[in-house]
Amino acid sequence: MLQGKKIIVFGERDDITATTITNCLKTAGAEVVYENTACFV
Amino acid sequence: MASYPVIRNCSYCLAHVPDLVRYGSKPRREIARNSAVEQHITDFLRSYSEAVSYPPNQTFLGNSTPEELAKIPRPWYRSTGSAEPEKEKQVGKFGEIVDQEFFLALIKAADILTPPLFQTDGHHTDTLKSRLHSHPLFGFQASGVISQTEKYRQDDTSLKALPIYHQAELYGFFHRDERAEGMDDENLVAHDLLENLCTKASGALALKWLLSREGIGPEDVDFLISCGEEACGDRYQRGGGGMAKAIGEMCGCVNASGVDVKNFCAAPASALILAGSLVQAGVHERIVVVGGGSLAKLGMKFEPFIAQKRFILEDCLASMAFLVTMDDGVSPVLRLEPGAVGKVPIGASTSEESVYRSYLVEPLRNLGLRFTDIDKYATELQNPEITEFSGSGDVVKKNYRKIAAMAVLSHALEKKDMETWIAAIGMPGFAPTQGHIPSAVPYIGHAMEAMRTGSVKRVMFLAKASIFLNRCTNLFDGVSFILERNPQLAGRNKNRERK
Repeated sequence: MLQGKKIIVFGERDDITATTITNCLKTAGAEVVYENTACFV
Repeated sequence: MASYPVIRNCSYCLAHVPDLVRYGSKPRREIARNSAVEQHITDFLRSYSEAVSYPPNQTFLGNSTPEELAKIPRPWYRSTGSAEPEKEKQVGKFGEIVDQEFFLALIKAADILTPPLFQTDGHHTDTLKSRLHSHPLFGFQASGVISQTEKYRQDDTSLKALPIYHQAELYGFFHRDERAEGMDDENLVAHDLLENLCTKASGALALKWLLSREGIGPEDVDFLISCGEEACGDRYQRGGGGMAKAIGEMCGCVNASGVDVKNFCAAPASALILAGSLVQAGVHERIVVVGGGSLAKLGMKFEPFIAQKRFILEDCLASMAFLVTMDDGVSPVLRLEPGAVGKVPIGASTSEESVYRSYLVEPLRNLGLRFTDIDKYATELQNPEITEFSGSGDVVKKNYRKIAAMAVLSHALEKKDMETWIAAIGMPGFAPTQGHIPSAVPYIGHAMEAMRTGSVKRVMFLAKASIFLNRCTNLFDGVSFILERNPQLAGRNKNRERK
């Protein structure tokens, strides 16, 4: 489903980090073009 | 049981600094984009008496327990108190909340450069000197360091000096390093140096309180570890440190050396573990861990507050200090045997479950403890009234749900019992949102009180650190340690316990 899709990833330190989301998306064939984990505290 | 180091004493202080909110990172950037924002911020600043009465501040200072705070109906900001600051609420069990003018006096005393960074006119210099003079923990000796060495200049804004106000009155200007080697160094601009002196001044306030509470002189301290968030230093060593000794010098700790520990929000937890290890190894006897407040975090979430026409709650600089010594037979012990301290290895996944396995589950397993053997868990303790407005939700509550989920996954708790267990082992957040300040350790004071009476036996402190903010790694860190009621208190006559 995500094969060849370009994806922007926003993660959060206290929920799910961008790195974790990116790893999942890459496994599903997506191309992550931007990722950032925010720390709101 | 082996002999462990103890946390013998602690202090927690607040400085209400509404007129410095404009120099917090977020307000400063927004004011630069739109100068009208400065007036909007000014319109939504609290008075000192409102900051004093604010229930989470009272819990931070030790006048109320987290359990008592939990019983106060939200929103807490409606508890405005009386028009005049209530004297009995200004000083708490663990420290005090000082007003802005007194804090400006502390910044003035913290300024050691010639020409001075914080230059005030003669009238206000005298006012600040007298404020320091009349404070019981600072007094004449501290006020003596304030002197006016240069003619006051009215045109300081042309050099990008920062105007410093108190209640709409201009007290002076805060400068960059104007000496030859400082003039073209981007690390020595007025704003950065103000940030550093705010950490030093607020850290010194907490250290003075710690020494007073313990009843020892500054010369009795062997070593200081600073765990603040500032990054002082010049172009060749940005973030080089030296804050621990700067704070110690301001308080007269002439026999102490010191070092700064950096680990983002988890720095206080890391510093306490290092302090305990140095004491246990016999390297130093009396170590102070001190953390000054973060100017950058003032008004960090100011926009949603203004949008909802509410007072900006991030108007206080917080600070704290802890005294770590060898076992005195009374104070709570730091469990530091192999495996007791929680860490998140570099090789661990950054998933939440993996992080919690590393710094929550592993230490418990290593010590042969069950989840339910811990009476209280102290996690990030940010005030929910601030984080909810900013859209992050109740961070503290979310963390407790994760701890409880790990307990269920480890078969230590039934899923149906999660909420009841959280109510027993948790607490509401009550600390200002300044990274390192709310990171688990605000509960140490309350834990010490509860362990003295015996109502709490064992507490686990869990601190997270967003080390990925350094742009050098995608990792984040977690540090945990366990504090226990001193086993020598068991069976001892309560009358013999330390008051």
